[in-house]
Amino acid sequence: MNERILMCGNEALAEAAIIAGCDAYFGYPITPQNEITAYMSKRMPEEGRVFVQSESELAAINMVFGASATGKRTMTSSSSPGISLMQEGISYLAGAELPSVIVNVMRGGPGLGNIAPSQGDYFQATRGGGHGDYRTIALGPSTAQELVDCMPLAFDLADQYRIPVVILADGILGQMMEPIVFNKKPRRSLPPKDWALTGAKERPQNIVRSLWLPEGSLEKHNYKLQAKYDQVQKNEVICEQYHVDGAEIVVIAYGVAARIVRSAVNKARQEGIKAGLIRPVTLWPFPSKQVSKAADELSIFLVVEMSMGQMVEDVKLAVAGKVPVVFYGRAGGGVPTVVQVLEKIKQLTIPVKKQ
Amino acid sequence: MKLKSVFTRTPTLKDCTTHYCPGCGHSIAHRLIAETIDELDIRDRTIGIAPVGCAVLAYNYLDVDMVEVAHGRAPAVATGMKRTNPDKIIFSYQGDGDLAAIGTGEIIHAAHRGERITVIFINNAVFGMTGGQMAPTTILGQTTATTQQGRDAANEGYPLQVSELLALLPGAIYVERCALSSPAQIRKAKKAIKHAFELQLNGAQGLSLVELLSPCPTYWRMTPVKAMEWIENEMTKVFPLGRLKDESQRHSRSV
Repeated sequence: MNERILMCGNEALAEAAIIAGCDAYFGYPITPQNEITAYMSKRMPEEGRVFVQSESELAAINMVFGASATGKRTMTSSSSPGISLMQEGISYLAGAELPSVIVNVMRGGPGLGNIAPSQGDYFQATRGGGHGDYRTIALGPSTAQELVDCMPLAFDLADQYRIPVVILADGILGQMMEPIVFNKKPRRSLPPKDWALTGAKERPQNIVRSLWLPEGSLEKHNYKLQAKYDQVQKNEVICEQYHVDGAEIVVIAYGVAARIVRSAVNKARQEGIKAGLIRPVTLWPFPSKQVSKAADELSIFLVVEMSMGQMVEDVKLAVAGKVPVVFYGRAGGGVPTVVQVLEKIKQLTIPVKKQ
Repeated sequence: MKLKSVFTRTPTLKDCTTHYCPGCGHSIAHRLIAETIDELDIRDRTIGIAPVGCAVLAYNYLDVDMVEVAHGRAPAVATGMKRTNPDKIIFSYQGDGDLAAIGTGEIIHAAHRGERITVIFINNAVFGMTGGQMAPTTILGQTTATTQQGRDAANEGYPLQVSELLALLPGAIYVERCALSSPAQIRKAKKAIKHAFELQLNGAQGLSLVELLSPCPTYWRMTPVKAMEWIENEMTKVFPLGRLKDESQRHSRSV
């Protein structure tokens, strides 16, 4: 299956999940991700696997919880308002350390918002989103191909760290058709799921839980989770650096916004401005070290998002005041254009050159 | 004289003291489930789901693989488990707050889809763990922490008869209401629970549910004996005992 085929991002990620060994998909319709649910309803039974259209996103994430507790590879998908409903379940998944993959094809918000593409759920995905002290891994692919490549990675990360993994796509990525290749790359070797509920056959009872009542026991659990999150931050950062060496300005963007920024950076370079791009692929863990290192060598950052400014806070934390961080964003379905980003780059670099 | 053991702990019930109040029905319900699991010899293929509520720690007493889930979501979790593990026996254990209040959507749709799971529904007409507040199943006139003058239909509505509602759905194949109020009623409850598990074991295509009217002397503010009497004299008027539905022969097949 190494031929190039044309697929929309939603269907491509669904097929990639099947190739990655997803045993069960549970979902509830919401635009702009409905192609995933429809595709899974056809393909999962063909593969002898499980598809259930749930009665709500609450139910969908709890079906994921149930399948995962028995050691199965499982996922759900939704879009922003539906992901909000899933936050309770994601907190329980994090607390009970159940591997799971959650795809968020983001749309405009807050509230019902609209059905246009957005990057407004960055805070939700990278800060935990639900109640309690936890993190989820968050991946922000930028093309349909990267979306496809993210699926096996997401399932592997979920199993390796016993953690929910969120894939932050958006309406453009989900809907746009692009050529893709389904690679069968070598996979990680993963720990056995000896914690799973499979019936206590010739072994003591297994319990999957997130409740820790005796004094001090929850704090101990929190430290255990944190140690795991520290490992993720140490080992799993993925980030693309494009023309960063020797750049006078670096633009930071992820997902679809990064594609627009890349074009703007190319145009700026044609006009003699030394512009570069840092594109986080893992949004949590955030590539703070890479951003901090770049901050030592250039004079200004520009952060471009399809939101009113969310990832910019992580950039500022990483830059720690060493150089200015400027934000440019569009929200509510607005998409920055190459011309707008280029204009911003020029505004920020030309006065600097004159000094 | 040689002594003969005539009544022992059933192996699936752990040898420990529970956290339940004196006179609480949970301990009886746990024992009936444990006996059923042992008699059917399904301990090594059973997965139980503990609710949010007083029975959240059920896994401390039932020696089977168990999970504890978000409030009310047990039927959705059970769906995820059973669909991916059709050979396992999946049961949820839920109180009236869990099943009849916050989890109404999940139980109705699990029944609606005909999930092949077993639900043990403990109805004690009150929220126990949070301190005795009104449940949807609180009966009219019953005083609770949040109906201090007694439940008034004009303000709080009428007691919710979930089993009657569920029995209407084609996906629910067996629904029975029993009471943990006397040795005779407890024996009937045991039969019902065993029947519900047997249905799942035999591959019956639908959801089986046993509702148990269960005493909560602490939040009913009664002695355990009075609480048993209150079930028989008052609760059963609103929640009549008996088999609401049994279509166990329908589409039955062996797994």
